[in-house]
Parts: sequence; structure tokens; C-alpha cells
Amino acid sequence: MHELSIADSILDSVRQEAQKHPGAHVTKVGVRIGALSGVEPEALSFGFSALVKGSDLEPLALEIEAVPRRQRCPACDITFTVTEDNLACPRCANGETLLAGGEELDLAYLEVED
Amino acid sequence: MDRIPLEKKVLSENDRIAARLRESYHEHGILCVNIISSPGSGKTSLLERTLERFPKGTRVAVLTGDIQTDNDARRLSRFGFPAKQITTGGTCHLDALRVERALADWSLDSLDLLIIENVGNLVCPSSYDLGEAAKIVMLSVAEGEDKPLKYPSIFAKSELLILNKVDLLPYVPFDIKLAREYARSIHPGMEILEVSCTTGQGLDQWIEWLEKRGKAVTSDK
Repeated sequence: MHELSIADSILDSVRQEAQKHPGAHVTKVGVRIGALSGVEPEALSFGFSALVKGSDLEPLALEIEAVPRRQRCPACDITFTVTEDNLACPRCANGETLLAGGEELDLAYLEVED
Repeated sequence: MDRIPLEKKVLSENDRIAARLRESYHEHGILCVNIISSPGSGKTSLLERTLERFPKGTRVAVLTGDIQTDNDARRLSRFGFPAKQITTGGTCHLDALRVERALADWSLDSLDLLIIENVGNLVCPSSYDLGEAAKIVMLSVAEGEDKPLKYPSIFAKSELLILNKVDLLPYVPFDIKLAREYARSIHPGMEILEVSCTTGQGLDQWIEWLEKRGKAVTSDK
């Protein structure tokens, strides 16, 4: 359970970014969480709410965009989204595909009000 | 309401330090590996068997992470190589800053290999880059063979799977063929070694893997 420290890192970044927009009030932060990020969205939301409550950033909403895993087929040179844990290339059925995405743990945006 | 795009990593601070560590390992020609498993899979035993095989003067050091106690570092320092405990005090993973601090009073000039034993946990360590050249995941046959399916993140990101305690196979219901299939269904082409720290099976292949991987580091320097 490291979602609390991930939530804390998100809040640190929000504070840093907010300093660049003096007078604006941050109402929402958007993050992208990859299927292989090792972060559980539900636990992250829970940790986030707990940290925001009573803090200088309250009320601050969190929006999580879940990002699926992607694989690349070296033979066809295509990248595809993995559905139902099937890593085989949809074009040539090659099973030896390479990890190409899904590790995201990114801050996507802030919403601010003046 | 305005929306301000950010496009920044949540763990950008960790990633910045990890990049600095990676650069430093590269400059010094050091292979750094990050070993991750559940508690009790045998990470420390593997390191004991590894260190006892290295001739005196081998340029190797070990960092070992635990929530509490320095028991592992004491077990590992018997072999005469530098070994240091990182006690996280409750945190379930190592991060790049803790590694950088632990390395501060070691001379990287005197090392060719740095082995990091992460805190026993298959989830959280997978999110934190420590600047390593390769993550290695270990699974013992006393666990469930479906662990690759339950914890896909760490199996997808690790270069090598070590199946440990294979001497117990006659006594446990672990299906090793299925474990290998599951691992490769999550990570096609994943390298897999079968090892027993008790009988010594597979340890030669493990040392060879480290040597091969170390050569790859120095050749692209």
C-alpha cells in the first residue's frame, strides 16, 4: 500500500504548480494511471481524500484516467492496446510482443478558478 | 474555469534522482540490479549463496531494504563485501533518494556490481525506479504459481524471473510449467532461471547471467 505516498507526491506537485498561478484556486487535478503502474486507483482516491481533508488544498478533486497496457509487435511494427490480457499481435498472432505502454503514473492537468 | 495541461510524472522527483544514479552507474561501469519478491521467497539466501561464490576482491556491494531491523545486512556482511541496510521505518518499498543516500559514503570507483534487495513486496517496489539496469523478480515454489497473473506489473517490468526453492518441488503442489507459462503470458520471452539456494541448483547459471549482463553494461559504456 504505497498509494498514500503517491497521493502525497501528487499534492506536492499541485502546490508547486499552483505557485505559478498566483490568485488562482485549484479545484481539480487529473492523473493518468497505467494498468502496470503498480498503483490501485481506488486506494489512490482513498489516500488522496484523506490527505486533502483539512489541508490548505481542500476542496480538491482527483480525476483518474485508467490507461490500458500496450504492446508492440516487432514483426509488424504496430502498437496495440491489450484487451483481456491477450498479448498476441492482432495482425500476425505473434505472441512474442514487447511492452510498449501502461506504466504511466502521470499528472495530466489542473483545473483552476480565478 | 481553466484547464492547465501538466504532462509531468507523479514521481518526477524520484525519477530525477534515479536518472542521476543511472548516469553514475554508467560512468563507473557498474551493473546495478534490483531484486524484488514477496517476503520469504529467498532474496537474502540468494545473496548469501551469491556472495560466498565470489572470490575475495570481487568488486561487489549489496544494499538491502527492510521495514525494520538490520538482520539482513548482518547476514550479508559476513562475506567480506560491503553490505548496508536501508531501514525504511514502515515504507513498503525503496526509493531512489534512499539508495542515493545509502551510496553516499561508498566509492563507486571500487565497484563493478551493485545488488539491491528491495523490501519484500510484489506491488509497491514496481513503481519506483532506482536507476537499476534490470529488475529481477523472484518467486518461490512455496507460493502460488499464479503470482505472475496476480502481480502483472512487476513480472512485466522484470528482465529475469528466478524460480527459487525448486528442491521443494516434490513436496508442494506448485506447477512449475504453469508458472513459466503464466510468467511468459505476462512478459513474452521473459528469461527464467530455476534455482535452489539449499542444493545450489541453478546458481552457476545465475552467476553467468550476472556476468553476461555486466558485460553488456561495460560494452555500451
